[in-house]
Amino acid sequence: MDDWKDYRKVFLTLATPGSIWMLVFFIIPMTFLFVLSFSSKAVIDGETSTTAYDYFNTFGNYFASTGQSYLVLLWRAVWTSAVATFVCLVLAYPLAMAVCFAPSRWRPVMLLLLILPFWINLLIRTYAMYSIFRTTGVINQAVGLVGLGPYEMLNNTPAVIMGLVYVYLPFMVLPLYSTIEKLDRSFLEASLDLGASQARTFWSVTWPLTLPGVITGIILVYIPCLGTFLTSDILGGPNNWTIGNAIQNQFLEANNWPFGAALSFILMYATFIALVIRALFARRSKGVDA
Amino acid sequence: MSVQLKPGQGPLEYARRPWIIILFGLVLLFLYAPIASLIVFSFNVDKSGVWHGFTFMNYVKAWHNDAIFYALSNSLTIAVLSTIVSTVLGATTALALWRFNFPFKNTYEGFMTLPIVVPEICMGISLAMFFSYTGMMAGVRDWLWPFNLINIMFAHIAFCFPFVAVVVRARLQGFNRQLEEASKDLGATELQTFTNVLVPFMVPSLVAGGLLAFTLSLDDFVITLFSSGPGSITFPVKIYGMVKRGVDMQINAASTILIVITLAATLLAMKLQAPDKSGH
Amino acid sequence: MTDPIISIRNVSKRFAGGVTAVDNISIDIMQNEFFALLGPSGCGKTTLLRMISGLETPTEGQIIIGGQDMAFTPPNLRPTNMVFQSYAVFPHMTVEQNVGYGLKVTGVAAPEIKTRVVEALEMVKLSHLAARKPDQMSGGQRQRVALARALIKRPKVLLLDEPLSALDAKLRDDMRMELTRLQETVGITFIIVTHDQDEALSMASRIAVMDKGAVAQIATPGELYEHPSNKFVADFIGKVNLLDASVLKQKGKTVSCSTQSLGKFDIDTDKTCGTTATIAIRPEKLKLSIAEPKGAGLVKVKAKVRDVAYYGDTSHVIADTDSGKELEINVQNDSRTGGSGVERGQKLWVHFNPHDALVLTE
Repeated sequence: MDDWKDYRKVFLTLATPGSIWMLVFFIIPMTFLFVLSFSSKAVIDGETSTTAYDYFNTFGNYFASTGQSYLVLLWRAVWTSAVATFVCLVLAYPLAMAVCFAPSRWRPVMLLLLILPFWINLLIRTYAMYSIFRTTGVINQAVGLVGLGPYEMLNNTPAVIMGLVYVYLPFMVLPLYSTIEKLDRSFLEASLDLGASQARTFWSVTWPLTLPGVITGIILVYIPCLGTFLTSDILGGPNNWTIGNAIQNQFLEANNWPFGAALSFILMYATFIALVIRALFARRSKGVDA
Repeated sequence: MSVQLKPGQGPLEYARRPWIIILFGLVLLFLYAPIASLIVFSFNVDKSGVWHGFTFMNYVKAWHNDAIFYALSNSLTIAVLSTIVSTVLGATTALALWRFNFPFKNTYEGFMTLPIVVPEICMGISLAMFFSYTGMMAGVRDWLWPFNLINIMFAHIAFCFPFVAVVVRARLQGFNRQLEEASKDLGATELQTFTNVLVPFMVPSLVAGGLLAFTLSLDDFVITLFSSGPGSITFPVKIYGMVKRGVDMQINAASTILIVITLAATLLAMKLQAPDKSGH
Repeated sequence: MTDPIISIRNVSKRFAGGVTAVDNISIDIMQNEFFALLGPSGCGKTTLLRMISGLETPTEGQIIIGGQDMAFTPPNLRPTNMVFQSYAVFPHMTVEQNVGYGLKVTGVAAPEIKTRVVEALEMVKLSHLAARKPDQMSGGQRQRVALARALIKRPKVLLLDEPLSALDAKLRDDMRMELTRLQETVGITFIIVTHDQDEALSMASRIAVMDKGAVAQIATPGELYEHPSNKFVADFIGKVNLLDASVLKQKGKTVSCSTQSLGKFDIDTDKTCGTTATIAIRPEKLKLSIAEPKGAGLVKVKAKVRDVAYYGDTSHVIADTDSGKELEINVQNDSRTGGSGVERGQKLWVHFNPHDALVLTE
């Protein structure tokens, strides 16, 4: 690796475009948002303006966000994401094992089949779920043939969780596959050879050594789930709104941008905390890299 | 559990165990049934959800639906232009990170991966706010197509190019620098070495990264929703609007079109990545 | 005669795609033997070892361990333990935990585990590293952890996959002696797999030489070297000069043969020859002299030295006869002055006593 000072011009030519873009279209907007979250609508001539703001003058937005209803939304986001992540993990692990230990000619196909849905638009996939599970959807029609139902399968929390799992399962499969694939088989073989059962081998050897991949997968699923608003909106309905919906609502409908900004940042702090937990975990369990 | 193994089957061949095969099948069913149903019903005669007959009518309607058509062309234009810029930005960033050491490199790398990690809704909001505040939101509305889409393009590039950078960087890590040294030993200049040795090596990742950016842009919903104004609707956003108004088989038709485009681009990307010439 | 501890009967292993890794092999291995499976890569020796351990199952055949057919028993239920080529020492556990693992998973009580681990570590001289993690240890040390971990289980048979291949020359010698000593001390059967004939010849009491999934010969090291039963074994073990010969006549044990490069001579053999045979003679059994050797019954030919490779204690000389046959001769450098005394381009006599050669019919 070369030092940048030795090739100043080349380095600057390469590094500047991306950096400027990040600065202008990410860092600066985020900073604005941060400032806005501490601002309030300006009061001009005794009337609350809709476009002008007094900047950086209040914690009011954050206080408002701790109001009962908003905390409920945040809490709902936190635990539905947790449940969805857990379900994804439980499903994805055996699937990733299956792909890794399958005969090598099947592997690309198996992986492709699991990952392909990822490439289809999130909205379309959620809508597809919606059409199947609604009261006039295919499933209810099928059970109707034997005289059962129709069942209201949507507009409740399990529906949202199912929708989240549906959308984010591939996000869990990929890192798990990547980590399990790098695992040296002879560790598992040694464990079996020494007398451990398959179950024991899994808990004592496979699981600890794949933990880094598990954690990556958890992060890749949990964070998007936290910020979801489509899934909760389409599959859960207003009773199951999460913080993502609140943010969207404040911005697009209620037009209370400072409040929306504050909510956004609360979501980002939650995300940040999840990432820090992950970094701590990664440091403590140095798994496969030996 | 003293189960005897079968002849020819090793203890680690998990893919042959019955329960795993069943699980795999069930998951595939879970993943594909809704999509399959969506596609099948796009050929349905009415929107009741009950199958009443086969027709192409929905596709015809969707095709003639100006709003849908306009939205689709918007999406494609944005995707193509964003891809080009994202690929360039991603490649240059990846090269800078791979080749050079510089102060605060770790922090810089962290920043470059932020768009991948930050929840989309937060990024979308911040951009919406930014565009509105700088007047870009209102300002570009009356510009000539495709320039009125420029907000969305800027947004897409911002969240796409870090992905391209990751893909290109991963590929560069596998580059054998002795090839460069050999090239210089044989008399080539830095520039010639770059063009004749490094760039060909990078090409598969540029293609893969570009296609990744293309699909991300084409499919994006959240960020686009926030950074687009009323006149610049993209395809996914249009579909969202239709969904809110209720089920309509035109949505199915339009969705199927998007699925086909996306899958074609993805499979193409994978095919192009398959023969790996690592130069070793 | 005692029963073999492992009896491999008509074992074959075929993989998908038509590859036959092991082709109808039958081997009996006795208790307390230090047995080696020797052969070039791809000959099936590792596959066979893994079938004994249970990590692969045969397509056909029986693997009888301690009197029971265990061909399809899972590896965790067999009285065998393996030391892997990469050692496979668990990176997330300490040395102690690694060594005790096999006892822990079979439900041995904690105090007993502790005592036995201490014993095992002493046996491989790693007591001072008990609390270390594998990534802080050298390859040789990790191998000893793997050994201790396997031996602590008191298996009937210990399997070792290429145990010396990853070690440098000095460590290799040390480990070779260590393994031989361990085997005698612990008194269990060792089976090693190796492609290195030096390893096999110096450690094993009996060797099965394998080629393309089949056994070429099973014998003691000395027998394999001096009495190879076919060309493959003769060529694989040590170096050998092979001469095509036509058999003029065979009278009992004496065969009169004619070779293109070394003329006619008589040679004794236990085999029954057809019209052609191969004469094998090891390089150290060939002698060089400047003057024509005088001795009854010696086979001699003039040759020109093409290459001399100096190895300190010996020199390997390649010489071509007038008829174009390449011969390899090993010369002892038994004098401090004058080296081997052989130079490129020299014309010398190459000679040998037919007693030192042997006849191969396959």
